[in-house]
Amino acid sequence: MNRWLTWAWVAFLLTLPLWMEDQYFLHILITSGIFTIAAMSLNLLLGYTGQLSLGHVAFFGIGAYTSALVSLGFDLELTDTYTFVFAPRPVWVAFVAGIVVAGMSGWLIGKISFKVRGAYFVIVTISFAEVVRLVALNWVDLTEGPMALNNIPPFTLAVPGVWELAFFHKLPNYYLVLAVAIVSYVTVRRLVHSRIGRAMIALRENEPLAASAGVDVTRYLVLAAIVSAAMAGAAGGLYTHYIRIVDPDVFLFIYTVTMVIMVITGGKGTLAGPIVGGLIFGILPEVLREFASPEVQWIIYGVFMIMIVFFLPNGIVPALSAWWNDRFGATPSAGGPGTGLPDLEAATRTAGEAT
Amino acid sequence: MSAGNGTAETVLAVDDLAVHFGGLAALNNVSFDVREGEVASLIGPNGAGKTTAFNVITGFQPPTTGTIRYKGQSLNGLRPNQIAEFGVVRTFQKTSVFASNSVFDNILIGLHRQGASKTWEILLSLPRVRKEELWLREKAAEILDFVGLSARANELGGALPYGEQRLLEVAIALAADPSLLLLDEPVSGMNPAETASFMDMVGKIRARGITILLVEHDMRMVMEVSDRVVVLNQGQIIAEGTPDEIQQDAEVIRAYLGHGARRA
Repeated sequence: MNRWLTWAWVAFLLTLPLWMEDQYFLHILITSGIFTIAAMSLNLLLGYTGQLSLGHVAFFGIGAYTSALVSLGFDLELTDTYTFVFAPRPVWVAFVAGIVVAGMSGWLIGKISFKVRGAYFVIVTISFAEVVRLVALNWVDLTEGPMALNNIPPFTLAVPGVWELAFFHKLPNYYLVLAVAIVSYVTVRRLVHSRIGRAMIALRENEPLAASAGVDVTRYLVLAAIVSAAMAGAAGGLYTHYIRIVDPDVFLFIYTVTMVIMVITGGKGTLAGPIVGGLIFGILPEVLREFASPEVQWIIYGVFMIMIVFFLPNGIVPALSAWWNDRFGATPSAGGPGTGLPDLEAATRTAGEAT
Repeated sequence: MSAGNGTAETVLAVDDLAVHFGGLAALNNVSFDVREGEVASLIGPNGAGKTTAFNVITGFQPPTTGTIRYKGQSLNGLRPNQIAEFGVVRTFQKTSVFASNSVFDNILIGLHRQGASKTWEILLSLPRVRKEELWLREKAAEILDFVGLSARANELGGALPYGEQRLLEVAIALAADPSLLLLDEPVSGMNPAETASFMDMVGKIRARGITILLVEHDMRMVMEVSDRVVVLNQGQIIAEGTPDEIQQDAEVIRAYLGHGARRA
């Protein structure tokens, strides 16, 4: 049933632009999709290894800036006499470079900060994001600082000499984001359902026991950080070549918070959670804009969020799947004599596995 | 079943071990061996340093001085997961399972060391990855069957009754494919019937060729299952020998029953 649901979703998203002609709505879907990819990447760290990265936007921004710079080219005056000139590269190369550099910074953060856990990890990630933001703001020679990098080329699809399509319109960008989102989803899904994912969950649940059973604690945390950062970098690359302008504001803390909200309300540690959360909190503000003033919008947004966290502390997806299992008894795990909470947790796992 | 006679080879050699917490010597001058295929027990009153010894052997606590060798390989300075790679796996005194995962998943996590799929193979979902996954699941079912928890496979680890959580703990350790299994008070909190069946299981584990080092307060169990007993008191070894010898040892009796009027 869940497999069917997944395919129905994919089919729905694939055909959506055919009957949804509102370009503005398509734009909202694209930006929501980009944020959903970032939320999925955060979920790998937060939901599966249990480490809260509050600097996640740093990887998003690093991906965005790297991709922009590689596609635009840049020169750096290293000494008075020598200037390093980097010629513009094709956008796809830039996109991959953004992913790689973001992944490398994930590795760095993982290596440095996985000696420390919990609150200390949170602080290290926040500081990292702030440092990167200040670099982007002040290294004007490279990043143009607050003047922003402009005229970033869009993605292009070409058969050399025969046919070329630059992604100036929303439609190709929509499908590109959808494709990257599917790849990201499959990546997380395969990892999570493997021995690697189980090792990550084991670290979240009981680190000493995991270590004594032979799970290399640091290795899997660093691996999660790399994959997560690379995925966030991909989202950043998509963003930069779609919006075609990038300034240091991409590093703002509010974006990290948005990602965390998406993951938590959707259901951390479930595969579908960040998607549900990403779509709701990507689309909701735009829908509200139609009939509410900005102040009222934010109030509704906040109230909605508090209600979700208050009534569905594990998130929307676990709650829905618990309800579904209650109703139709699809799960083999009876839940046993436990209280309501472990039952819900069981449902979380089941939901995570099945979707 | 290999008997723990004097001719069996030494696998674990603890030599001149000391652990100091500030001015307190949790262990001092502790040396003992564990031989291939035997059940050795570490006993002693509360605070004697038994769990500290376990923590040092399995890499959770660095020793102040002394060496630990397993099959000739020094374990000093290795992390717990590296020590597990040599086949030295422990359970914990305070019950420790993956509480919010199903019993079956608990075992699958324990089987981590037996899987070999690389990250890129998993990302590409190669056929051999899927084959390995099926193999691991079979293996997990087998281990659950071995400890008698098959009926509980889909329940949450944390929802099991206490005695069964202790069994699950042993099952997780067994999944990690140990050659030396360290059990830290495995029957504490079990009722007599559970203890009796656990003792049977110790025999079955041993029959698989796994050497066992046991810390336990239940003397009936210790005396029945052990080939050799090492007695710790206040961080030092005060006696070592067969269960019969230990039960006759005047020093041991003093440590357990107190010094009586003589000291006063």
